Amino acid sequence: MRVIVAIKRVVDPYAKIRLKGDGTGVETNNVKMTINPFCEIAVEEAIRLKEAGHVSEIVVVSVGMNDSQEQLRTALALGADRAIHVEVDCAPEPLTVAKLLHSLMIKESAQLALLGKQSIDTDNNQVAQMLAALSQRPQATFASKVTIEGECVVVTREVEGGLETLKLQLPAIISTDLRLNEPRYASLPNIMKAKKKPLDVITPQDLGVEVSQRQHVLEIVSPPTRKAGVLVASVAELIDKLKNEEKVI
Amino acid sequence: MATQYTILVIAEHEHDRLSADTLTTLSAAREIQQHAGGRQEAVISVLVIGSQCQVVVDALRRAEGVDEVMVVDSPEYRHHLSENVSATIAQICQQENGRFSHLLAPATTFGKDILPRTAALLDVGQLSDVISVESTDTVMRPIYAGNALARVQSLDSLKVMTVRSSAFNAVSTSIDNKCPVINLSVALPCRYSEFVSEHKAVSERPELPSARVVVSGGRGLGDKASFGLVEQLADKLGGAVGASRAAVDAGFVSNDLQVGQTGKIVAPELYIAVGISGAIQHLAGMKDSKVIVAINSDPDAAIFQIADYGIVGDLFDIMPELIASV
Repeated sequence: MRVIVAIKRVVDPYAKIRLKGDGTGVETNNVKMTINPFCEIAVEEAIRLKEAGHVSEIVVVSVGMNDSQEQLRTALALGADRAIHVEVDCAPEPLTVAKLLHSLMIKESAQLALLGKQSIDTDNNQVAQMLAALSQRPQATFASKVTIEGECVVVTREVEGGLETLKLQLPAIISTDLRLNEPRYASLPNIMKAKKKPLDVITPQDLGVEVSQRQHVLEIVSPPTRKAGVLVASVAELIDKLKNEEKVI
Repeated sequence: MATQYTILVIAEHEHDRLSADTLTTLSAAREIQQHAGGRQEAVISVLVIGSQCQVVVDALRRAEGVDEVMVVDSPEYRHHLSENVSATIAQICQQENGRFSHLLAPATTFGKDILPRTAALLDVGQLSDVISVESTDTVMRPIYAGNALARVQSLDSLKVMTVRSSAFNAVSTSIDNKCPVINLSVALPCRYSEFVSEHKAVSERPELPSARVVVSGGRGLGDKASFGLVEQLADKLGGAVGASRAAVDAGFVSNDLQVGQTGKIVAPELYIAVGISGAIQHLAGMKDSKVIVAINSDPDAAIFQIADYGIVGDLFDIMPELIASV
């Protein structure tokens, strides 16, 4: 079967972000960019399913601006077979991304879509669920274990208070949690080979999707900063502060 | 005159128990109501979808601000699977023909799972993890692991949002508001997904998101046995136990205790971080706590930059003394 993996280019999770002075967003010039960590886990899972003989082809997709192709090449170097870049000129909202992926799933007759549970920039946690809704197919979000069983996929999910296991009929949509796997690194020969793998560039119009903006980001601001704390010298001093000054114990 | 807005809150519950997160989501609904001009202009309706959930309905009738409880009670909804729960909410919204102006659910794994699916079925966007309500169509929400806040306005006719529990106070549950209960006979089956099993951790301790005190441990504990120090301190303080991703990955505790960007978001009165360095992803889950205490042997650990009180030293010396003296 064919699997579609959606990936997103984001600011490196270990980089300290800087806000633009005019309140319009976060500075991304001269900032290290990377594949969103949850998407990387989705790519790794697709590769493992292919290695186990369940998947015949991995199509990696990114909806974004021109520079997203860098992350698509990385995914190809990791083991994806081909890439599709849906080029947009502004940050698309989750519902738009879901509509584009829905159209692609049909076009590619994909049986499985793997996505990260959330991107670490916008922290929305929406696209996989929206894609499942539009496809009218089952979903398993926050997956920590994925097993293909014939025409079904069995997924263990990380939920409030523990774990839950669901069985979904394929085609299905899965979003990955951190503990699903440990993504591999791309080797140099594979990075070289990835340059020759196909990467198609298409537009939302090609997929018959209108890019709409239903939400206005009015302003991006810094969160309130905490007042400077103090180092205490002893446990007794700490207890005194918590009891008498803060009155929290 | 008809009210202008109806705010629909999706209740999270375990059929025989209403979750605390529903009560904080109701608090966010009341803020929208205030911005709309009060109860004359906006009513709050709560939808309970479950199986044999009369206890939950009764609890909601005692919750402050609830004007109406809608109930869908059928064995089909025993496991709260997204496939039929989302379809049910969407169907009710469509049947009510545009009556609802806002659709809210807690930003828990339940709300995060079902609400975006519902939004897409209704062809509207969603505002995730709302931390404050600024008007009937504008909210604040954290982005970049809480390192920035976005003020976002929704242009959709139905505003769908998940609500971050730690940012709102729970509404009171001791009101006898005698609101009407409307039973809906919907029973959509799951066509493509089925529940197989679950493993829920059983704990006597308070739940993480609603605990007044949280004691969290990190990699610095070294091993699972030493994590017992964190548990002992939590028990002495009547608090909940949390953990950093490193502690979860090392197998000290189960995943559902992880505090951070992708785990639980907490804002207790007192947060004690033991052997936690303070990675951005961890801070995202606890930096709105009222008082933060850090215990770490590394004086340069990032956690000290946000801690109100810090002790630099060996946690194996400090923790037993702390446990003995609280």
